[in-house]
Amino acid sequence: MTLDIQKIRADFPVLDQQVNGSPLIYFDNAATTQKPKSVIDALSHYYASDNANIHRGIHALAERATTAFELTRTKIKEFINAPSSDQIILTAGTTGSINLVAQTFGRANFSTGDKILISNLEHHSNIVPWQMIAEEKGAIIEVIPVDERGVLDLEAYRNLLDASVKLVAVNHVSNAIGTINPIAEMIQLAHAHGAKVLIDGAQSIAHLDIDVQALDIDFFAFSAHKLFGPTGVGVLYGKRELLESMPPYQGGGEMIKEVSFEGTTYNELPYKFEAGTPNIADVIALSAAIDYVNALSKEALFTQELALLAYATEQLSTIPGLRIIGTAPDKIAVISFVMDGIHPQDLGVLLDKFGIAIRTGHHCVQPLMKRFGLPGTCRASFAFYNTFEEIDLFVKALRRSINMLQ
Amino acid sequence: MAQSIQETQEELIVEFGLFDDWADKYEYLIDLGKKLPSLSEDLKTEENVIKGCQSRVWLHAEKQGDQIVFEADSEAVIVKGLISMLIRVLSHHSAEEIMKADLYFIDQIGMSQHLAQTRSNGLLSMVKQMKNYALAFSAK
Ligand SMILES: Cc1ncc(COP(=O)(O)O)c(C=O)c1O
Repeated sequence: MTLDIQKIRADFPVLDQQVNGSPLIYFDNAATTQKPKSVIDALSHYYASDNANIHRGIHALAERATTAFELTRTKIKEFINAPSSDQIILTAGTTGSINLVAQTFGRANFSTGDKILISNLEHHSNIVPWQMIAEEKGAIIEVIPVDERGVLDLEAYRNLLDASVKLVAVNHVSNAIGTINPIAEMIQLAHAHGAKVLIDGAQSIAHLDIDVQALDIDFFAFSAHKLFGPTGVGVLYGKRELLESMPPYQGGGEMIKEVSFEGTTYNELPYKFEAGTPNIADVIALSAAIDYVNALSKEALFTQELALLAYATEQLSTIPGLRIIGTAPDKIAVISFVMDGIHPQDLGVLLDKFGIAIRTGHHCVQPLMKRFGLPGTCRASFAFYNTFEEIDLFVKALRRSINMLQ
Repeated sequence: MAQSIQETQEELIVEFGLFDDWADKYEYLIDLGKKLPSLSEDLKTEENVIKGCQSRVWLHAEKQGDQIVFEADSEAVIVKGLISMLIRVLSHHSAEEIMKADLYFIDQIGMSQHLAQTRSNGLLSMVKQMKNYALAFSAK
């Protein structure tokens, strides 16, 4: 299937604007993706027509809102091929999902001397929650190293795995440099040692096919806003026996079966982990994002993105003094780079003047930046609605900016 | 007596008025950044780092007579250009003058976008820190 990119771009209202006098070029898709009109419409339709609190009301609006809300859960289940929709916990984001696992699974299962393996590629969201619970429980965090290309050292991983490892928490794809990790193999190895695995899918959900059953994933976390959906919604998938054995997380309404002052019994999955009124509107609008991606086919979208990546890599390589950070053979369409003698921030400021949005800084992966001996990088990250012409304009503006700064 | 804070601001507004496109303006800013003398290494301390900037920015202040003298540095040259303008405007003035200075030139030369909270290049933090120094010195 070939994509009609101009037609696709027309679905994303935000792309059609001028920034600082030039047409916007949005290359910050790893931070958040733009939203198709169908998602924006779903949000406003919900507030204009269906707004009600869910699960409790018996009136028509409550019914409609509840049905739409639960429909999203079903769509997520299908999107990642989970066995059942009650294993789909709705959270506030990847960060919320990881903290949930740390504070429930971690609290119930970690004890002194247990190990949690993370990798040198992790986002702070997949580091700090583990540090917090590790400190409380006396558990130890060990780090799977990466090589010069930004590829995880699987030999080192094998050596780190032993019976004391309770959990391996790694990202599917690195947000800073785009590396796609071999999670199928990593999960098998972890399971062979009796460890559970949490996959941070924040950067893979929009680009790679996810089948939590085929991959035998124990926990999978992602954010709707990186999947062309709204901010403020995240997902945690977990294997049933794990979710059932985990203590509840936050207390409140929705998560209870019966409350008395003598004691409380908890609701079943997934509600046990969904205290309080959820982010109803944004959850409902996530449906539209999933429909959008499904209609175009994730595979076709990713093929387009890889073509953009190859072209941008080739074009950037022609700039003297520019060094691409992260040269793994398997990458999503993310390019991190640095320029000899120029601070990334200066390039970011000037590119913005050309209407080009990239990210500069440490990308919430300070340990990885330290590994490469850098304070930060410039990062261009593409989505299927980006074009080759935009890459040409970007490279031209980049050359001009470098000239100004040198 | 050197010129007043207001006079320096007016001078900068005239200088920037000569440029009619953003690129010329930024080239000038970059040039200012490159010309600002580096801070000596012993002043690039953790204590002198301004928080809230994406690149590291160091600001050192000392009192000479009744005037406050600023020196600063940054890893990023545009930030250094911005801070060089602030130094030109605020350095060698009394604590009181610095504290009550209204830095309208930033807006007038079209650099107010750098004042926004979201811009982690921290012009706002720099101004705040310079005023904090003035406050601290005046309390002594
Ligand atoms: C790999 C990775 N993990 C976790 C997160 C955190 O996601 P959120 O801020 O949506 O919770 C991000 C977001 O940048 C990410 O890229």
